[in-house]
Amino acid sequence: MLDDIFSVVRQRWGSSSPERDDSKKPDIPKDLMFKCPRCGTVSFSEDFNLNGKVCPSCNYHSRLSARERLDITIDKGSLQEFDKEMVSKNPINFPDYEAKQQALRARTGLKDAVITGTAKIRNKEIVIIVMDSHFLMASMGSVVGEKITRAFEYATEHKLPVIAFTASGGARMQEGIVSLMQMAKTSGAVARHSEAGLLYITVMTDPTTGGVTASFASLGDIIIAEPKVLIGFAGRRVIEGTIRQKLPDEFQSAEFMLENGFVDMIVERKKMRRTLAHLLALHEQKGGAFDE
Amino acid sequence: MSDTPASKRLDIIRMKGRPTVNDYIPQIFDDFFEMHGDRLYGDDGAIKGGVAYFKGVPVTVIAQVKGRDLEENKASNFGMPHPEGYRKALRLAKQAEKFHRPVICLIDTAGAFCGVEAEQRGQGEAIARDIMEFMTLKTPIISIILGEGGSGGALALGVCDELAMLENAIYSVISPRGFASLLWKDASREKEAADIMKITAEDLVSLKVCDHIIPEPAEGAHTDAEATAAAISEYIFGALQRKFQKGLDELLNERYNKFRAIGEFTV
Ligand SMILES: [Zn+2]
Repeated sequence: MLDDIFSVVRQRWGSSSPERDDSKKPDIPKDLMFKCPRCGTVSFSEDFNLNGKVCPSCNYHSRLSARERLDITIDKGSLQEFDKEMVSKNPINFPDYEAKQQALRARTGLKDAVITGTAKIRNKEIVIIVMDSHFLMASMGSVVGEKITRAFEYATEHKLPVIAFTASGGARMQEGIVSLMQMAKTSGAVARHSEAGLLYITVMTDPTTGGVTASFASLGDIIIAEPKVLIGFAGRRVIEGTIRQKLPDEFQSAEFMLENGFVDMIVERKKMRRTLAHLLALHEQKGGAFDE
Repeated sequence: MSDTPASKRLDIIRMKGRPTVNDYIPQIFDDFFEMHGDRLYGDDGAIKGGVAYFKGVPVTVIAQVKGRDLEENKASNFGMPHPEGYRKALRLAKQAEKFHRPVICLIDTAGAFCGVEAEQRGQGEAIARDIMEFMTLKTPIISIILGEGGSGGALALGVCDELAMLENAIYSVISPRGFASLLWKDASREKEAADIMKITAEDLVSLKVCDHIIPEPAEGAHTDAEATAAAISEYIFGALQRKFQKGLDELLNERYNKFRAIGEFTV
């Protein structure tokens, strides 16, 4: 199902791909300019950054690091991070997997592709999950699966809502079947959280694909997406190979998912924190009676 | 047979004449009544579902259909389900829960279908929903991989109390072909990929994903479909006996913990 998803993502979003080996060529424009993968518009990085990493021309909401996301989402200093030191082993003895992880850790400052913890949004306590596509395209391996599962278990035990910012190229090939099983593990934890009557909000960010789409990302009570981001199950190139024709640009976009009924709302980055705070407040109040 | 490399098993499970669910269902179950449709969009020929007796006990059967010839394959989309197939599976599983019937899932797919309409109708959501709902379904679920267990499209029917595999079956996060094209940009190196991916029944037992291996006749299931069906029946009989002994809470906790325990990391 995930055939080629990484290469598709890389091909399509190449200019901002962290997987690219920067040492090969001097990439001068990359730092100074941002070329939008959706519309091709080139803008000065400074303007682009001031605009919250949103394309000024087409409103494509580009990728943030997990730290950047936390900065604009939660109350300052409110994060109590879980499992900071957790790292993957090499369950199927995949060649060079440890070395690759180590190099990425050094480059990104991340231990793996997700940050979890408790935090506050306008003083409301939540469990937050933020995936970071700069680490192996936020593919789901043992650490992503375990940290997300623990986050949901903590939320269930402490009766807290969960907000998950999803981003993923899908399964982590280097962990083989163990990666696939994280879909079941995380979804099981979501099920228990849901059965306890607790709120789970998914925010789909660029790109939410593959096994993450086919598990916890699609299971939110409320599913929000950022504008113009890529959301889908199968890789575009795989589908193009099957139907032997090119797919339109809007295929597998947030807007496409909204139109087909798989996303509740598309929310701009600058309104996200406000929107989440409102939804949290609404769910804090139990319905069924008016004030006297 | 247990030292047969994955690449060789790939040949065996692709052998023309390897039995499919269309061979097995009549041999394993009595009075199979097929049920159609997801009540939302349509009926998917890639997943066959219905009710039947297994040794006198009513069960729900949900099976992925690989065709035995072109005609059957056209009807079953070569065993690659669309979202409506996964939603039919969920409908039948919920029906089984209501009537306290165990669910027997027979898995045989290269993967969920990758296409424009599959995306429009929410392939990801359909699979996610099956996985989540199966995790808490209040009746025993036994899953058996007959040939190919391809990725999320297989896992959607693979959340269960016990997972068994036929001796030559494989279960993988991505097809060996997809893996090879990803890793080496060369899909033709799929055999090489198969041998490093850890996808055989023995590999999966050691990774605690698979619970039982069902033996096949010496040269493979295609040489004796009847004997293979008998081996599958024997396994199902034992598995149901094991699960019937458990209380519901115990069953569901064990199911949760079976998947909860998979993952290798240090803290
Ligand atoms: Zn743009």
